[in-house]
Amino acid sequence: MSANPASRWGLRFLGLGYLTLLLLIPLVMIFYKTFEDGIGPPLDAVTSPDGLHALKLSLIMVAIAVPLNTIFGIGCALLLVRHKSRLNPVIDAVINLPFAVSPVVIGLSLFLLYGVGGWFAFVSEEGLKILFAVPGMVLASIFVSLPFVVRETVPVLQEIGTDQEQAASTLGANGWQTFWKVTLPSIRWGVAYGVVLTTARVLGEFGAVTIVSGSISGQTQTLPLFVEKQYQNFNQTGAYGASLVLALLALVTLFGMNLLKRKEDA
Amino acid sequence: MGISVEGANKRFGDFQALDDVSIDVPDGSLTALLGPSGSGKSTLLRAIAGLEELDAGEVTINGEDATSKPPQRRGVGFVFQHYAAFKHMTVYDNVAFGLKIRKWKKPETSTRVHELLQLVQLDGLAGRFPSQLSGGQRQRMALARALAVEPQVLLLDEPFGALDAKVRKDLRTWLRHLHDEMHVTTIFVTHDQEEAMDVADQLVVMNEGRVEQTGSADELYEHPANEFVMSFVGEVNRLGDDFVRPHDMEIVLDADDRTQEGLVQRIVTLGFEVRVELVLSDGTEVWAQLTRAELQRLELREGQIAYLRPIQAKSFNGSSPSSQGASTPPGSPDGGDAEVPAAV
Repeated sequence: MSANPASRWGLRFLGLGYLTLLLLIPLVMIFYKTFEDGIGPPLDAVTSPDGLHALKLSLIMVAIAVPLNTIFGIGCALLLVRHKSRLNPVIDAVINLPFAVSPVVIGLSLFLLYGVGGWFAFVSEEGLKILFAVPGMVLASIFVSLPFVVRETVPVLQEIGTDQEQAASTLGANGWQTFWKVTLPSIRWGVAYGVVLTTARVLGEFGAVTIVSGSISGQTQTLPLFVEKQYQNFNQTGAYGASLVLALLALVTLFGMNLLKRKEDA
Repeated sequence: MGISVEGANKRFGDFQALDDVSIDVPDGSLTALLGPSGSGKSTLLRAIAGLEELDAGEVTINGEDATSKPPQRRGVGFVFQHYAAFKHMTVYDNVAFGLKIRKWKKPETSTRVHELLQLVQLDGLAGRFPSQLSGGQRQRMALARALAVEPQVLLLDEPFGALDAKVRKDLRTWLRHLHDEMHVTTIFVTHDQEEAMDVADQLVVMNEGRVEQTGSADELYEHPANEFVMSFVGEVNRLGDDFVRPHDMEIVLDADDRTQEGLVQRIVTLGFEVRVELVLSDGTEVWAQLTRAELQRLELREGQIAYLRPIQAKSFNGSSPSSQGASTPPGSPDGGDAEVPAAV
């Protein structure tokens, strides 16, 4: 890097300025706007029955989608890294699909699949309502947040190599024991980053969930949908308040992980 | 008893890593698998441990067929070149790993781990993490970890390869002492012939996936089966079809019917030993190992003409090592031993 202090400060200024302009100022504005008329109005909006229901539903999405994608992600990463096969590039590309395809397209595809005349329409006919209900929203959330754990875990798995796992096997550990005692502890920070990103994505998902849920207040609204509805109804304070709750949830996840990590490093 | 491998074959794509390899490792011995990189020595070791599956062949460990057993049921201790330390565990937990898997009780585990840490001179570092240890300490920890479960055989894959020269020498002497105390059948892989000769009872020289020769250090040095073994286990000069060790070259100042003329190019004094480099009339470059006293008696100078007389030479009938049999029984070298052959 450049040793010139002027250019170093210039770079810092540029980096911080960019972040401030694009990230910090909008967030601060939300914060400011929320509490413009005191804590009352936003609190009322967030603690209204619909608001609380939206919060609960968002947390349910996280509680279902994140563990499923974590288990799937670790398994998939192990498959990609530890079991070389000619199918791997195909699997790899398919996993990236949710990154490449717009969430709206994902929502529409679920609609086609589970809607009237769709291939999986029988599921609804058997009594398990998918569309305009929680199951469909869970499916959409899983779909859009699927790649994160895989993408974060694959490089860490590659980096640790197979020596430690082989050592464990010569010491008598079976595959399951090796995974829990050696592999998982070695990749835990990769997995943790993946979990944080997955959580953030599930919390914030809008496009795919809007389409499959129909955004029915008090029934199929997650927090982002609630925010949008409030905004549409000219209840801007309510929208800001709910946005703030969303941002806080994401921050708590991030800081929680940093705290864990710091505790471990100490 | 001990370890035996019969007709081992292993292919990685187009690369034949093991080509019909058979070896016998006597019970309680310390055997070195010696060869250049790509000779198949590590693959053979990993196949014995069960970390590599053979395409064909059988592995027997202490009389039991281990060919289709997974690594965890072969009773082997394995030490890796790059330590393979469990980075997220303390030294204590690393060594205790195999015992915990075997569901040992805490007090017994603790006693055993501390015994081993004492044995590898790491007692007092039990609470450290591998990242806080030096390379030599990490490798000793890995050794203690492998020994903790009382393996029937100990397998070491270039155990000192990643260490610097001084630590390496200390550790190999230490390994020899350890083996003399424990008598566990041990195989270690190395590309360093000095290390192999220093430590091992028996050497298996490998090249291009085949065993070139098996024997003690003396047997290999004195009766190499072929050109490859001869040049791998020591320095060698080539004179026509003959191979002569530098210390088997005599330098004289008067020609006779058994000498060859050479021009002294360079004289290098390495302490007690003196290295004299000569160019023969046909352009061949050779060198002779002399003592200081010999050099002073001859009063050799660079640029002068001197005469070389091979005291002992070997010829392998011009055959290349690859045309030799896959495995040569010890003590019956293919090449003839010729005492003082006529000058070429």
